[in-house]
Amino acid sequence: MSVITVENISKQYIIDHQRRKTPNSLRDTISGTVKGWFGPKTPALANTQEEFWALRDVNFSVEQGDRVGIVGHNGAGKSTLLKILSKIIEPSSGSVRIRGRVASLLEVGTGFHPELTGRENIFLNGSLLGMRRDEIRQSFDEIVAFAGVEKFLDTPVKRYSSGMYVRLGFAISAHLNPEIMIVDEVLAVGDADFQKKSLGKMRDNSASGRTILFVSHNLTAVQALCNRTLYFEKGQLIEQGETNLVVASYLSKVSRTQLKREWATPAEAPGNDLVRVQRMELLPDYPDGTTHIDVRTPMRVQFAFWNLMERANLNLSLHLYSLTGECIFNVGSESTTYHQGVVQGECVIPGYFLNDGTYTISVMIVKDTVTPLFNMEEGLTFDVEDYREGVAWYGKWPGYVRPQFPFRVQALEPIIGLR
Amino acid sequence: MKSHDVLIQAGMPERYYWRDLWRNRELLYILAVRDISVRYKQTALGASWSLIRPLATMLVMAFVFSEVAKLRPDPGVPYPLMVLAGITIWTFFSNAFTQISSSITTNANLVTKVYFPRLLMPLSAVAVSLVDFCIALFLFVIIAFWYRFMPDWHILVMPAFVALALLAAFAFGLFFAVVNVKFRDIAQLIPFLVQVGFYACPIAYSSAQVAGKWYEKYYIMNPLVGIIDGFRWSLLGGKTHFNPQSLVYSVGITLVCLSLSVVFFRQRESSFVDDI
Repeated sequence: MSVITVENISKQYIIDHQRRKTPNSLRDTISGTVKGWFGPKTPALANTQEEFWALRDVNFSVEQGDRVGIVGHNGAGKSTLLKILSKIIEPSSGSVRIRGRVASLLEVGTGFHPELTGRENIFLNGSLLGMRRDEIRQSFDEIVAFAGVEKFLDTPVKRYSSGMYVRLGFAISAHLNPEIMIVDEVLAVGDADFQKKSLGKMRDNSASGRTILFVSHNLTAVQALCNRTLYFEKGQLIEQGETNLVVASYLSKVSRTQLKREWATPAEAPGNDLVRVQRMELLPDYPDGTTHIDVRTPMRVQFAFWNLMERANLNLSLHLYSLTGECIFNVGSESTTYHQGVVQGECVIPGYFLNDGTYTISVMIVKDTVTPLFNMEEGLTFDVEDYREGVAWYGKWPGYVRPQFPFRVQALEPIIGLR
Repeated sequence: MKSHDVLIQAGMPERYYWRDLWRNRELLYILAVRDISVRYKQTALGASWSLIRPLATMLVMAFVFSEVAKLRPDPGVPYPLMVLAGITIWTFFSNAFTQISSSITTNANLVTKVYFPRLLMPLSAVAVSLVDFCIALFLFVIIAFWYRFMPDWHILVMPAFVALALLAAFAFGLFFAVVNVKFRDIAQLIPFLVQVGFYACPIAYSSAQVAGKWYEKYYIMNPLVGIIDGFRWSLLGGKTHFNPQSLVYSVGITLVCLSLSVVFFRQRESSFVDDI
């Protein structure tokens, strides 16, 4: 039996592109209206509006007991969809039929009031999420134990640590007892331990026949929890089906990455009178069965340039930056004398080195090991996806590098007769 | 289970709105309790503020208007009592009105994250002013006792005037609550309206001063005039001036505005999340 039927759902927003004169205050609206009555109509008003479809003609249905993952880039419409299903946003067209009691978890600790104590907030948040008071009272002790805030029950939550705050928020929602649960990115918060506990709790819930809709940027968590997945792009449902298939095709399609740049002639290439960049390319050596770069993938960076100088002692210097602009490493090649012509360098980045994330490569051409001739900034950008096996934890792996150094652990001696 | 079925359709007003509203009465209670318990958190004097403010206002008013401006109270009524009765109902109305007007914007975090009939927000917002009103009424009883003034049977109709004040607060507050979502100018306007209203209504003076003047017929069109005079009349044993005609305006204007406001609110409700 399908518990959620979504038919032709669209949500349209009108974006005002009016410069300077957005009617944000009452005065503007009144004066605008009055001007409209008396003055000449300003034609600029009409054509500066732009339609934006947050969702367009979305159709799908969810069977009872399905655990549905929703993936897509920021702005793909995932959250809009969840908000429509939660009745927070009204769709512009289409209809949704939902059978069963719904709990929407779009935020951890919805409505928490900083001045209220943990105890008071449990009741406040619980009833906002649709629990009755006797239900809250029933699972009160369980919630408190799950969150581990026994000692701070009568402390205002404004004095809680952010970890405690999140734990309490999630604990309440984990004890909801709806037939359908709508969850948006709640695993993005909280420490690793707690994430594991939460995901475990959600899986227990789904084992009892509960339907779950789950939005997350963490594909590993989606794969662990969901049996079906919907893939959204620019407000449209592109693909749906078995999770592993959809996630794989999502990963192969979403390359924001720029893996290759090439220029045909020195005239149009970036550079200067001494050197010009001819080609810059990232070549991943995909292990069997993979189609995208993940933490296992070894890569080669090739960089070719025209040397326009008669004779020069040159070397290349490669910088790799994180998305936030921190330099992760800098590798320099040996300095050698080259004659006029094309020079190519290749740098190998081994697998199991970079952590998941987005990285940028810059290459600098250096003369006589001291004088930078040209720096090809932000030459290439690429994503490294997460991959892990044998780990039941789905939090963000910390750090920029993800090496697999030898790490031997062994039992030394059993504990006998202590005490 | 059947009762939890939901049909969401574009442009269709929620069919089960009023049923949902009723179903969420527990949430209404909890939101109200939240507002009340948050009210005097981290204040040294706590709930006694609800006593101090009307008492201090009364003392100042009584002194300024009876000693400095030499206004006369209605015969047989101590001036401070007359002022206090007016302040009590006016404070109730203006607090409720102010809180309703800002109820949606102060709960903006809920509007974007969780669904419930939005009417719950203004409904729960008046809880604080109701509590304050009860405290102020208690204060009135004590002061009346001090003046050895005993209310008579008139007090039985007092709740009707309180209810009317509440309805009036909704009638005007709901409208501003909706406009406030899009135009925060309202937050600037409300304190001003309340301040002007304080003088436009018979609070510090008796409306007997207006009786018989050429502008009386306009004066009584203010719906608050009938409510305040009626409340005072019922509380002070029918000894104060009360023009029944003003009550006709009060009831009429309140009911018309209330129904318009509710319709307006229901119409705009679904766009709160986009505008807030």
